[in-house]
This record gives sequence, C-alpha cells and structure tokens, in this order.
Amino acid sequence: MNFSLYDFTPFNQWIDKFLHSHMSSFWAVAVEMTIIGLAILLFYALVGLFLVYAERKVCAFMQNRVGPNRVGPYGFFQTIADFIKLMLKELVHIKNADQLLFNLAPFIIIIASFMAIAAIPFAKGLHAIDFDIGILYVIAVSSLGVVGILLAGWSSNNKYSLIGAMRSGAQIVSYELSVGLSLVTIIILAGTMQFSQIVEGQANGWFIFKGHIPAFIAFVIFLISSTAETNRGPFDLAEAESELTAGFHTEYSGIKFAFFFLAEYMNMFIVASIAATVFLGGWMPFHMGGWAAFNHIMDFIPPFIWYIGKTFFVIWLMMWFKWTFPRLRIDQLLTLEWKYLLPINLVNILIMAFVVLMGWHF
Amino acid sequence: MKEVINLPVKNIEEEEYHINMGPQHPSTHGVLRLVVSLQGEIVKSLKPHCGYIHRGIEKMCEKDTYPQIIHLTDRMDYLSAHINNHAVCLLVEKALEVEVPERVKYIRTIIDELNRIASHQLWWCSFGMDMGGLTCYFYGLRDREHILDIFEESFGSRLLHSYYTPGGLMMDIHPNFQKGVKDFIKYFRKKIKDYDDILTGNVIMQARTKGVGILSKEDAISYGVTGPSGRASGFACDVRKHDPYGVYDKVDFKEILGTEGDTFTRYMMRMHEMRESMKIIEQLIDNVPAGDYTAKMKAVLKLPAGEYYQRVEASRGELGVYVISDGNKTPYRMKFRSPNFSNLSALDHMSRGVKIADLVAIGGSLDYVIPDIDR
Amino acid sequence: MDNAALKERILGLVPGAEFQENKQFLTFIIPPAKMHELAVSLKNEPDLAFDYLFCLSGVDMVKFLEVVYHLESTTFGHQLVLKVRTEDRVNGAVDTVCDIWRTAEFHEREVYDLMGIRFTNHPDLRRLFLEEGWIGHPLRKDYVDEVNIVEL
Repeated sequence: MNFSLYDFTPFNQWIDKFLHSHMSSFWAVAVEMTIIGLAILLFYALVGLFLVYAERKVCAFMQNRVGPNRVGPYGFFQTIADFIKLMLKELVHIKNADQLLFNLAPFIIIIASFMAIAAIPFAKGLHAIDFDIGILYVIAVSSLGVVGILLAGWSSNNKYSLIGAMRSGAQIVSYELSVGLSLVTIIILAGTMQFSQIVEGQANGWFIFKGHIPAFIAFVIFLISSTAETNRGPFDLAEAESELTAGFHTEYSGIKFAFFFLAEYMNMFIVASIAATVFLGGWMPFHMGGWAAFNHIMDFIPPFIWYIGKTFFVIWLMMWFKWTFPRLRIDQLLTLEWKYLLPINLVNILIMAFVVLMGWHF
Repeated sequence: MKEVINLPVKNIEEEEYHINMGPQHPSTHGVLRLVVSLQGEIVKSLKPHCGYIHRGIEKMCEKDTYPQIIHLTDRMDYLSAHINNHAVCLLVEKALEVEVPERVKYIRTIIDELNRIASHQLWWCSFGMDMGGLTCYFYGLRDREHILDIFEESFGSRLLHSYYTPGGLMMDIHPNFQKGVKDFIKYFRKKIKDYDDILTGNVIMQARTKGVGILSKEDAISYGVTGPSGRASGFACDVRKHDPYGVYDKVDFKEILGTEGDTFTRYMMRMHEMRESMKIIEQLIDNVPAGDYTAKMKAVLKLPAGEYYQRVEASRGELGVYVISDGNKTPYRMKFRSPNFSNLSALDHMSRGVKIADLVAIGGSLDYVIPDIDR
Repeated sequence: MDNAALKERILGLVPGAEFQENKQFLTFIIPPAKMHELAVSLKNEPDLAFDYLFCLSGVDMVKFLEVVYHLESTTFGHQLVLKVRTEDRVNGAVDTVCDIWRTAEFHEREVYDLMGIRFTNHPDLRRLFLEEGWIGHPLRKDYVDEVNIVEL
C-alpha cells in the first residue's frame, strides 16, 4: 500500500480491493458504507465539539473575556463536559405538543446536515461520494433543514416557537436563492458541478482570484446569505434571544436541544467548507504564478490542512459577524435579500457569463 | 361515528394573537409582563401588567423614620440609588430648614453624576443586548466596574449604598476618591469612543432605531415621560436645570434636547448625557471645599406638620417625593413619583403598529427598571 | 404668571375652590363636581397651559379620602396643587383626568388599587399592582393584614 497524506486515492482503492477479495461484492459495499458512515459520524461529533469550543473562545476574545479555562488545558474539554451534561438532562415532556413531529424535528435537522457532509471533498480522494452534480446535491440537501425548524416550531405548541419557525421559513426560503445563484456564478466559471473537478480547476489559481470582480461579489453574497441560511447572527431571527426567548427550540431540552445546537454548528461548518471549496480552492494549496520555489513549499503542506485552514478562516469570519453586529429586523432581512442581494446576484451572473465568454478571467 | 363540531367561522385577519412577554423574558429586564396582541409580526396593542415586585414601599415608609426610609429608596431604582437617597435627604433638609455644608453638596453632586454614568453604562449594554449585539454587554459592564470600585472604596458597597443621610453623608469620602474619579474620567473619555464604534455607528442599529417608536413632544408631556426619553422628544424636563439642587446651579452643562423623539434619539440623549455628566464631574472634582461631611442634626428627626415635595433628576427621569407629615418622626403619607412608572405608561402608545423586534428596541430605549415601577 | 395672579385666576374659574396654605405650592381644594371642568380649562386656557401632571397621589386622611394633583406648565413654569376630597370610603369616586393628562391613566389605577378611590369614566380601571380579587386597599390607614404587615 502506498499511503500518503497528499493523495488518499490509493488508500481507498486498497481498502476496496481488500474487501472485495475477502467477501462478495454486496457485503463489500455494505462494509464500506458502514465504515464511511462511522467515520463521518466521528468526524461530525469531533468537529461539532470543537466548533462549540472555538465559538466560545472567539466570542470571549471579542468580548474582553477569557472564555472556558477550567476543564482541561485552556478549557479544551469544556464542551465534552457540556455534552455529557446535555445527554444526562431530563427530556421535558410537553403535554400539548404534537409528539411525533416534536420528536422527529431534531432528527430531520441533524440528518439534513449529515447528508450534506457526504459530498464535500476534504482532501484528494477523501470524500464519501463524488457526485457529478455535487453542488446541486448540497444545495438541495441543506434546504431540508428548514423542514425540521418548521416542524419544531409548529409542534412545540408554543407561540414564540411558532413565530420563530415562521420567521425562519421566510428567511431560509429567501436566502436559498442567493446561495444557489452565487454558486451558479462559479459554476459558469468552472464549467462543472462536480466538486472534485471544481477543486482540480483551481490548481493554477483559486476561483476567487481567477474570476476576479464577479467571483469576489459572489463570495461576499455567499457569505451573507449562507450566514442567513444557517440562522446565525446577525440573521438569527429564528432564535432571537431577546425577542422570542429561544425561538423554535424554546421547548426542547436535553439531547434534543443538543441536536439543534450541534446541527447549527455543523451547518456553519458545511457552508464554510463549500465556500472554501468553491471560492478558495478547497484542498488546493496556494500557488503563485511563476514562483516555483514558493509553490513547492506550499505543496509540502498536506491538502487536508489547507482545507481545514480555509474552512476555519471562513468560520471565523462568520463568528466575527455574529459577535459584532446587532440583529436585523424581519422586514429588513427580506428587503436585503429581495431588493439588494437577488438583483445584484442576477446581474453578477450576467457579468460572469460575459467574462467567461470573452475569456477575461485568468 | 365521530361527532361533527361546527366551529364558528372567524375572520383570520381580525383574530388577535396574544403573547405574554414576561414576567420571565430576556427583554423586559425584570419581572414585568406585557400582554402583546399581534397580527403576524405587528404589534396591535399591549397591556403592561405590573406588580410582580410590588413590596409596598410607600406603606412601609409610614412605619419608618426618615433615616430608615433612605434605605428603602435604594431598592426602588437600584441603578440610581444615590439619586433616590438624595431626593429624600433634600426633602428632610428642606422641611427642617437645615443648611448642609458646601462640601456635602459638592460630593453629592459628583456622586450623583457618577451614579448616572454607571446607570447609563448598564443601560447601554442592555440596549445592545436587546438589539442582538451581545458584545456590548461586556464593554458596558467592564467600564461600570470602575465606578463601582470607586464607590466600594469610599463607602463599602457597590449597588445599594445608602450613603447620604439627612443633613450630610454617612462618612467622609476616601482620600483616594478624587484621584480615582479623575482616573476614571480620563479612562472613560477614551472608552466611550468604543461605544460609538461598536453600536452607534452600526448600519443595522441605525436602520432599526431611526424613525421607530416616535413620541411627539405633546405626548411626552401628556404621558409625563421625563429624563433622557422625554428630552429626546424635545420636552425640557431636566430638573437639574429648572429646579436646581446640590451645586448644579454652579456648574456649566447643557440640557440637550432632541427633536425626533424616536428610539435613536433616545439612545443618543443618553450617550450625550454621559459626556455631560463627565463634564460636570470635571468641573467639581478639584474644587471640593474642605469642611464637615455632615450638618449637625438632631437624633430624632421630626418634620413639622405640613406637605413637602422634592424633585430630583434620577437617571431615568424626574423622581418626585411627596410627604405629608403630621409632626411625628414617621411620615403620615409618603408617595414616590417614580420616573419609570410614567415612562412605562407611554409604551403602549409608542409601540402600536411596530414589529416585535421594534417593541424590544423601544423598551430598551425607555430603560425601565421594574422595581421602580412597582415600588 | 405669579402665584398671586394665579390664585385670582383659579378662584375666578371655580368660585367654590378653597385656598390652602402651603409653603411650596399654591394649593386649592376643589369640589369634586368641578374638578374635570377645571382641569379642561387649566390645560386649554392659553395663559394657564398646565400641560404636565407630574404627580397624582391618593391620601387617606381618615375623615376623608383625597386625591392630590401636582401640575406644572412647561411653557410658563408655574406650578399648582389641586386636591379633591371624597368622604365616601366605600364608593367614593372622582372624575378621571386621564383624557386631559394621559399619564393619569396609570396613576389613577394605582390610586384605585392602593387607596380605593374610584375614577368615573376611566377607560380601564383595574387593579395595577395587586391581583384581581385582593380584599381591601393597603395604603388606607384602616387596612389590616396580620400576615404580611408586622407591627413592631
């Protein structure tokens, strides 16, 4: 086996060959799927825990505080302690709630974010499925989450939850458009919807540089609208702590609340990794034209590190927004989308198409 | 077979959706309950329900002597505790015709203004939090801590001080007091720029507050909305200017009046007021005259029979104390005209037709303290 | 307008008003039937313009119940105190002034709650601080509550 940190394809093929040589093709696929499922589950949990910790530290940094510093070195195990606490907490039984939907909603949300992870390439050869319509799949799957939020708000039989869910419905349906259209801008430039090819296409320069002005506009729009789509501040109207106490998850407790909490951070991770993959070159190292030595050093850093670094940069940007801006009002939120982002986006697509036609990109 | 129930057909447009904001709700800053009737996101009307923290302070006052009453006034508007104390002290001094030493007047004025700044800092951070900007909270509290430290050093307590007594002060100020105050002013002049950077200049914050919750000057006067909220509507209601007490007649400060009467103007009034307070303190801090820290008072204070009224400018508006004395050591009837009580009555008028988020912002800009409403 | 002129003016408006000595404010006791009429003129007459009701209190003087209005004109700065008395401790009622000064709405509810004076024509006369169904009015001198009020 030729295992390296730079290309996971031989490793994957070796596992595949090994399984096929020992069992029938059906069982081999079944075992592979189980392995991938478990690996993603583990990754999901680790990233979720780390992001909660990271958010606390970033937020503390913004607010002149220290943040968690008691459990483990630099409070690193704080989120694990919190997770244990959440798991052991009582699940409050809501008498007049719609029991089936109330229990189903957290799972829908978490499944939606779980499915989206499958298509994301973490490094060369390190992705669960390489769809040829990868971007379309991610957009489709990530919009499933709104169903969970609506169900949660409706089934809790709480007025605040219902208002929160309705706000979130309007918000996600609107901002889905901008997310999709800003990705369309890049699809025009890349000429493909397959994630692996999009990343390969950025070997000689990231799309945000290659597509210069229209790509940069698309990146900014993507950042804004994906923050809104994940219900994070300053667009956290569905939760709106000071207005609706906790919005759609007011009535949830214990592990069900933890599901919403985890899904929020995973959604943030997913949109950040899409931004990193589509705009910032995914796992591709940073290359400068003509600087051979520099490029060689950059190549030396494993793709996985590049990917994580870019993703966390985008996540940090999103946290920065959240902890500095006040919250928007619902009508301003919709005005921003329908009167500003959407027209800009449509014009931007035209510009990008023109740029690609004329060959004005790098 | 299932029984068929004929529900009365209602027009959905006309149906009102009631939500209870409070008594436990993050934006009411205490135990106030607002029954809000909504149509979608729009507030049709609201009814405040008070009394969750009603302790019957006025009834308790009828059993207490005047120095004891001072301790009760701390518990009304706990964020301007000194100013509440000041009102009662001034009233007793006026009734007994006691002349307090100049030193006391200076120190009281300085501490009142420090208290006002501390109160506005806490208002600023909670207003930021109401708007959804959680970071503001820690900036405000960080700076307020400096004032509380000064208070703690001089008279041992941080929130409920009961430092003023009829005729003077409980004890003299700490030798470090003047230096501490000067250091604080120097520090806070720099830090207040942060406040503007993080919240005042923010696009979202301005879009959410400008033109929202407008209270006209006539309405402000009619509803008795005083303090920064009243002045934002152009109602010149600063008791420090119109009916000076302490040494406010000797210092130079502006009574800033707004014209718009919206949430943003109310916000700006308090920001200006913090700067004006610092200006007042700077004029006084180096000129505190030497002398006694209290006038000679009798052991038992008995107010001559009659009626007395004293107004002071608390950090949220005009605080009035009305006393009917029958010549005993306890008042016959004591009434507090609390600023928040009148300010709250205008909330329904201001918030009709706004969104829920605006209601929270308007409530934040009125800066109500619930124990002062309920007393 | 100075206090002497103001006194003449009020006595001209309500001949039955009784002047009361007070060091701080010009004080009158007004017959309850005349109060609302006087309040309208105080607010609307251009030379009086009492537009700011800064305090409204209820007082129990044992022989009678009293409502005290502290008024100020924001244009001229003159101040005035009016008192209205009722001797009926059960159904004593005074005309509301909350159609003239809006702040009176809450203050009158408070007075009704704690002192038990009714206000006729008040739009929403309910208890403000205490719960519905509370027996008695705590600020009255004859109020007894052996559980909550500890006599020393």
